[in-house]
Amino acid sequence: MDDLIAEFLTETAESLEVVDSELVKFEANPNERKTLDNIFRLVHTVKGTCGFLGLGRLEAVAHAGETLLGRFRDGKLEVTSDAVTLVLHSIDRIKFILSGLESTGNEPDGDDHDLIAQLEAMAEGQAVDISAVQAVEVPDRPIGSEPDPILAPEVVQKEPERNLRPGEVSEAELEAAFAAAEAPDWMNEAVAEVEPELSVSEVAPAPVAAAPVAAKAAPTASDAPAPVMGEDNAIATTQSIRVSVDVLEGLMTLVSEMVLTRNQLLQISRTREDSAFATPLQRLSTLTGELQDSVMKTRMQPIGAAWKKLPRLVRDLSHELGKKIDLVMDGEGTELDRQVLELIRDPLTHMVRNSADHGLEPTAERIELGKPANGTVKLSAFHEGGYIVIRIADNGRGLNTARIREKIIEKALAPRNEVEAMSDQQIHRFIFAPGFSTAAKVTNLSGRGVGMDVVRTNIEQIGGQIDLVSIMGQGTTFTIKIPLTLAIVSALIVGAGGQKFAVPQTSVMELVRTGANAEHKIEKINDALVLRLRDKLLPLVQLGPTMQLEAAQSEDPTFVMVIQVGERRYGLVVNDVLDTEEIVVKPLAGILRSVQAFSGATILGDGSVVLILDPNALSEYAGNIIDEKSAEDGEIVVASAENEKVAMLLFKAGYGAPKAVELAHITRLEHIEVEKIERMDGRAALQYRGKLMPILNVSEGSGLMNEGIQPLLVFTGEGYAMALAVDEIVDVVEDSLSIELSPDRAGVRGTAVVAGRACEILDVDYYQFRGLAEHARKAPQTDSEAGKVAA
Amino acid sequence: MSIRDYVTLRVGGQLFGVDAARVHDVFHPRGLTPVPLSRSEIAGVLNLRGRIVTAVCARRRLGLGPREEGAPEPLAIGLEVHGDSYGLVIDSVDEVLKLDDEKFHAAPGNLPPRWAEIIVGVYQLEKELLIVLDPHTLLDAGHLKAA
Repeated sequence: MDDLIAEFLTETAESLEVVDSELVKFEANPNERKTLDNIFRLVHTVKGTCGFLGLGRLEAVAHAGETLLGRFRDGKLEVTSDAVTLVLHSIDRIKFILSGLESTGNEPDGDDHDLIAQLEAMAEGQAVDISAVQAVEVPDRPIGSEPDPILAPEVVQKEPERNLRPGEVSEAELEAAFAAAEAPDWMNEAVAEVEPELSVSEVAPAPVAAAPVAAKAAPTASDAPAPVMGEDNAIATTQSIRVSVDVLEGLMTLVSEMVLTRNQLLQISRTREDSAFATPLQRLSTLTGELQDSVMKTRMQPIGAAWKKLPRLVRDLSHELGKKIDLVMDGEGTELDRQVLELIRDPLTHMVRNSADHGLEPTAERIELGKPANGTVKLSAFHEGGYIVIRIADNGRGLNTARIREKIIEKALAPRNEVEAMSDQQIHRFIFAPGFSTAAKVTNLSGRGVGMDVVRTNIEQIGGQIDLVSIMGQGTTFTIKIPLTLAIVSALIVGAGGQKFAVPQTSVMELVRTGANAEHKIEKINDALVLRLRDKLLPLVQLGPTMQLEAAQSEDPTFVMVIQVGERRYGLVVNDVLDTEEIVVKPLAGILRSVQAFSGATILGDGSVVLILDPNALSEYAGNIIDEKSAEDGEIVVASAENEKVAMLLFKAGYGAPKAVELAHITRLEHIEVEKIERMDGRAALQYRGKLMPILNVSEGSGLMNEGIQPLLVFTGEGYAMALAVDEIVDVVEDSLSIELSPDRAGVRGTAVVAGRACEILDVDYYQFRGLAEHARKAPQTDSEAGKVAA
Repeated sequence: MSIRDYVTLRVGGQLFGVDAARVHDVFHPRGLTPVPLSRSEIAGVLNLRGRIVTAVCARRRLGLGPREEGAPEPLAIGLEVHGDSYGLVIDSVDEVLKLDDEKFHAAPGNLPPRWAEIIVGVYQLEKELLIVLDPHTLLDAGHLKAA
C-alpha cells in the first residue's frame, strides 16, 4: 500500500473515533459550540485529505456530511436526533469505504447517492427519510490497526484554488472557524503512538489524577463520555514520537530477559561472602528495575482506549430499545498494559451492552416506579495495589433472584436442596457458571446473548477476577479486578514430589502449616482430603500426587496454600514453600498446551526452569465445592467503598514516607533489647515464646538498630509468627483508608493519606510470605524440628 | 537439479536427516525439568541460553525402545515450530550432507502410520537409507495426538 494512503488511514481512523464520541456529546448538548467546531474541523480535514489523495467517493460523502454540519454551525438548522443519526450514518459509510481501501488499496465500488441525497435534503431543511439510507456493516477492528512503520515525512501540497461547491466553505471562513475553536492540546503535540489505532487525545492523557477529577466535576453523561478534549485541563506540551508496537514488544522481551539475568546474578552473589561485585551488582539491580518500570510505562495505555466505542454503542442501543440511557465514565485515564487492554475490550463492551439492554428498565417502567427517567450505566476504573479495578454499575432492576434459582434447578447446575439454602449472592454468581446462558453458541463475544461465563473465562485467563452485587430494584454492579500487566508476576516457589513449581501469588490467600505436630491437620472424608480451617472445611488438592510424581508418595505434606479462584476456594497441599520470586511468564510450547495444569513456565534465578501452576485448572481436582465465602466478601467491598474508619498503626522505617498498617493485622507490638536478637548468615531472628521467630526488614534501606531497644511489629498466621523491625512507632489513628497512589515496590499496597499525612500502606501478605519462606529455609530437614520452629 | 543440506543423525541405529536450514543448534539436553501430566514423548523443559526449550524424545516419538545402558550422553537438535523452541533428543549427530534432489524418493507406502506422517521422503545413500524427517509434523500437537 502507498505510504501516503497508509498514513491517511491511520490518521483518519483516529479522527473518526473522536468524531463518533463528539457527536454523541453534541447531540446531548447542541449548544456546545466548541464541540461542533471540533467535529466540523475533523470532518473537514478528512474531506480535504481525500480530495488531495484523489479518493472521490470518500470526499463526496465527507463533503455532504460537512455541509450539513456547517448548517448546524451557522445556526440555520436545528439539531435533531435524526440529523445526528444521519451524520453518524455517513461516518459509518466513511469507515466502511476506508476498510475497503485498507484491504485493497482502492476505494471499493459502490453508490452513496442514497446517503448524500438525504444529507443534502437535511441540509436544505427538507424532510428526510432515514430508513432510505442503507446501513453498512462497519468492521469491528479499527481501521489502520496494523502497526505501521515510522513514515518518511511527505511534503503536503496546498489544495489548489477552485470554485466552491454549493454549501462548501471558503478557506477564509475555515481559518476563522479554526481560530475560534480552541485547538485541543493534543493538536500541539507531536504524537506519541504506542499503537496506531489509538485516538491521539488518549495517548497523552491528562495526568492520571486529574482525569477522574475532571470527570467527577461533570457527572452527567452529556458531559462525561467523550475523551476530554479541548477542556481546561491543560496538558503540558511534551515531545513525542511514533514508535511501532513491534519495537516496544521487542524492548519488553529484552528487559524481561535482563530481569532474569539480574536475578541469576543476585542468586550467585548471595552465595559468596566477599564479593567485590556486591555494590555494582546492587546498582545494576536498581537500574534494571528502573528500566523495567520505564519500559512497562511505554506499554501502558489509558483504559479509555477500550471505552472509546461505548458512547456510540450506548446511544445506538438507547435508540433501538427506546430507553433513555446515560453513560457515565470515570477514570478513563487509568492506565494498564496494552496487552491486557486488548483482552478486556470485548468483555467490557459485552457487559455494558448487557447492562443497558437487560439491566435497565424501559423508560416508562422507570417513571412508573418513581425512578429517574434516564437509566444510568456507570463505568469506573481505578488502581488498587498491583491491580486495576473496573466497575460497571447500572441503576436498573437488578437480577431476578427467583428466576435464576429456577433456572439453576432447571438446568441442573446444582442440586435443588443446595440451591434453596444458598444466599442471594451465591445465586447471583451462577450467571457466571458455564451452561447458564441460554445462548446456543458460546464462541463469539461480539454477538448478543452470549453468556457471562465467557466473560468470566476471558477475565480469569488473564489472572483477573469478576464478581457482582445486585440489589433487586436498585441495580447491579459488576466488579472486575485485573493485574496491571501479564509480563511479570510475583510467585511463590513451592516444592512437591521433588520438583519445584511456581504459583502466582495473586491467587494465594494464605498459607497454613500442617503436618504431624501442627495445629491444623489434614483429615479424610472417604478418600477426599479436607482441612478444618476456622470452622470451615477446605477441600484439598495434593500437588505431588495430582502431578503423578512418584517421589510424592514418601513425602509428608507441610503446607496448605489456600487458593481462591473466582468463588471457589481450595487448599493446595505442598511439601515445601521455598521462596518468593518475581517471574517472567513464558508461554508453553504448542505441544504442551494440552496440559491444563500449567499456565506457562519461567526461568528462576538459579537458571532452572519451573512450570507455573494454573490455580484455575487445579481447582477442577478439588471438585466443585463452593464454599461459604460468599456474602461476607460482597459486604467488605461495600464497607470499604463507604470509607469506613480503620484503626491504623503509623510507624517509621527507613527513608521516605511514614508507613502505616492496619492494626487488625498486627498481633502484638514488642520492644526488644537489640542484644537479644540473634543474627545468623545475614538474617535475624528472636527467641520468642519458646520459638524462633524471623525478623524482617521493611525495605532495603531500613534495618535493625545497632543498640538500645528495637521496636517490632509481630504478625502471626496459621501456625507461625514473624516480626517486622521498624525504627519508631509513631501513633495509632482511626481514619478511612483510601489508597490513592499505586505502589512503587513490592511490599507496599500503595500510598494513602492517613491522619493528614501521606503514608505508605504495607502489604502484610507480602511480608508474611517472606516470613514463611524464611521459616522454610531455616527449618531443619526433620519434621519434628520444623514443627517446633514454626508451629 | 538442486542440492540441499541435511543434518544427519541417528536414533536407535537408524539414519535420519533434517533440512539443515531448520536446525538452529545442537546441544546436550541438561537440566531438564520434567512436565507432569504431559505425553510420554515430552522429555521436559530446559533453559538454553535464556530461552525455554521443550525437549521431545525422538525414540518415544518414533515408538522405539529406550536407550541401552552405558550409551553416550544423548544430544538434541534445536528446531523451531510455530514460533516455539523445541529440542529433539536423539542418540548422535553424524554430519552435514549435501544431497541431490534427484536421489530423493517419496516414503514407501508400507510404513507404520506413526512413521509415515513424519517422513518427507527417503534418500538412497550408498550404504544405507537416509530418512528425511519433517520437524513440523514431528513436533506438532495435533499430529502428536493422532499418533
